[in-house]
Amino acid sequence: MTDAEFVHAYEIAGSDFTNAGRASTSIKETLKEMGLASALVRRVAIAAYEAEMNTVMYARRGTMTLHVTPADVTIDVRDEGPGIPDIPLAMQEGYSTATPEMRELGFGAGMGLPNIKRNADDLTITSDVGRGTILVMTVHVS
Amino acid sequence: MSDPHYHSIRFDASACHGCMACMRVCPTQAVRVRHGSAEMIEDRCIDCGECIKVCPKGAVVPLTASPAGLREFDYNIAIPSPALYTQFDGDVDPGVILQALRNSGFSGAATLSWAGGVVTEVLDLFLSDYRGPAPLISSFCPSVVRLVQIKYPELVDQLLPILSPREVAAREAKLTASAETGLPVDRIHAVYVTPCPAKLVSIVDHPGMEASYIDSAVAISDLFPLLAPAIREVQASGVDIPETESSAGLGWAFSVNLPSTLSEEHTLSVWGLPNVLRILDDIDKGRLHRYTFVECHACFEGCVSGALTVENPYVARSRALRLQHSLPKPDLTDLDEIRARHERGEFRTSVPFAVWPPRPLGRDIVTAIARMQERDRLAARLPGIDCGACGAPTCTTFAEDVVMGHAGEAECVFVHQDQLRDRLARLAGGAAESGPAGPGSAEGGR
Repeated sequence: MTDAEFVHAYEIAGSDFTNAGRASTSIKETLKEMGLASALVRRVAIAAYEAEMNTVMYARRGTMTLHVTPADVTIDVRDEGPGIPDIPLAMQEGYSTATPEMRELGFGAGMGLPNIKRNADDLTITSDVGRGTILVMTVHVS
Repeated sequence: MSDPHYHSIRFDASACHGCMACMRVCPTQAVRVRHGSAEMIEDRCIDCGECIKVCPKGAVVPLTASPAGLREFDYNIAIPSPALYTQFDGDVDPGVILQALRNSGFSGAATLSWAGGVVTEVLDLFLSDYRGPAPLISSFCPSVVRLVQIKYPELVDQLLPILSPREVAAREAKLTASAETGLPVDRIHAVYVTPCPAKLVSIVDHPGMEASYIDSAVAISDLFPLLAPAIREVQASGVDIPETESSAGLGWAFSVNLPSTLSEEHTLSVWGLPNVLRILDDIDKGRLHRYTFVECHACFEGCVSGALTVENPYVARSRALRLQHSLPKPDLTDLDEIRARHERGEFRTSVPFAVWPPRPLGRDIVTAIARMQERDRLAARLPGIDCGACGAPTCTTFAEDVVMGHAGEAECVFVHQDQLRDRLARLAGGAAESGPAGPGSAEGGR
């Protein structure tokens, strides 16, 4: 039964602030409907929302893919964008490259990636500067 | 007993003609139209009454008590929602309406005058030293409470643990009546005069409490025909009106009630279920933790626009604004006593709010994964236009219904059309001509 896996991909458009957050809302609804524990759903929802907003704010476009297996919930976000030149620096709380416009929307506190790290059990980020970023986060089901 | 399947409304299949107005307006997708009439999905309904507001046939019936049935109690006290005072033409003084209630079969009538002021005070005290998970979500609107219990169970600990003004008022009114009449408190029946069905849920289901201090609810719309003439009689009699509602009590039916001790940047006031859903979603994503308190109302114009009111909500609101200027402030001369009672927890909820997430797609994760895959596959074959002809509000809810065995795939007119075309093609023996229009193309029907 280990091969049971639900996969759903969401397209994310860069700079589309009207629809920003819809993919993570849908992911949250899906996990609730599947009956996963609400504390787990909340952790995934917070991490997914931060990742989605990073894509909307910095990238031209991206794809966020939800994978659910009996053991793990994994979210894989691949974007086409500027990439992250110094990942350890970007992971530091308070570090942000947000523009004044992003700050106006309540972002830019430098908590996005640290917040993802705090809510995920595993997080890997790989980035190709000038091309894009791949972020994979996993939360264990039990 | 607390029961998530208790509901304050019922669909009357004999009156329903299956128009789907209720299905389209339901904020939690709790309505399906099957076999020509509307049905409720019990574990999704939050009793907001939006279906009552839109039903053209009166087929959504509130289960509030009939005014005639109240005479069987030894002593019954009417506790009107302040929304009642906004329903009558000519800016009638609330005191006149209270007297009219006493003349219409109630032994007594009590206001939210004191309780409304007390709860505002207690809210100030409680929030000024609150340090728990933020923001707190107001728990005075029973539909909002149910919405959190069902759809946002992880936020249940953020529901405000303070009794509503109506519960505080009922408790005090019963004690006062008991002292005056010598009857034991449990023989005194408190009847809420309600603007919406949801208050009935809070009585039967008593979230956060071991039992409600209110015993039953009568709809404003049911009392209106009795009260209108009774009010005219009171006005004609010229009798002295001893008491009235306070501006604080009235305020709970239509205006913002944010604690004065918090600055505006730490509070939000949200009106209307679509907006409440958005705000709860944002709280759920951890976006709003810098706010301390969020006041949520299911109805756009507050209780004056409840499903069981009779007046146009904007007219009612305009009256409420005028009335509020003329009404006295609540008498809170016993402020030290109120603070002491707050310290003793007398205005706090007494049990945790229950959580009732709807049944998941599968009993175990493996089944849930399989069903979710199936739902996605089916949804991809559906047109995605949410036409509702199948009797479900959206293509996604329909796909879910099919996966759960509550509906057949061919109930979608587009899928049905494709199936017919395939069958015709096979019958004509023209498989070579019809091409590969397999079952995977509902799009062909558009």
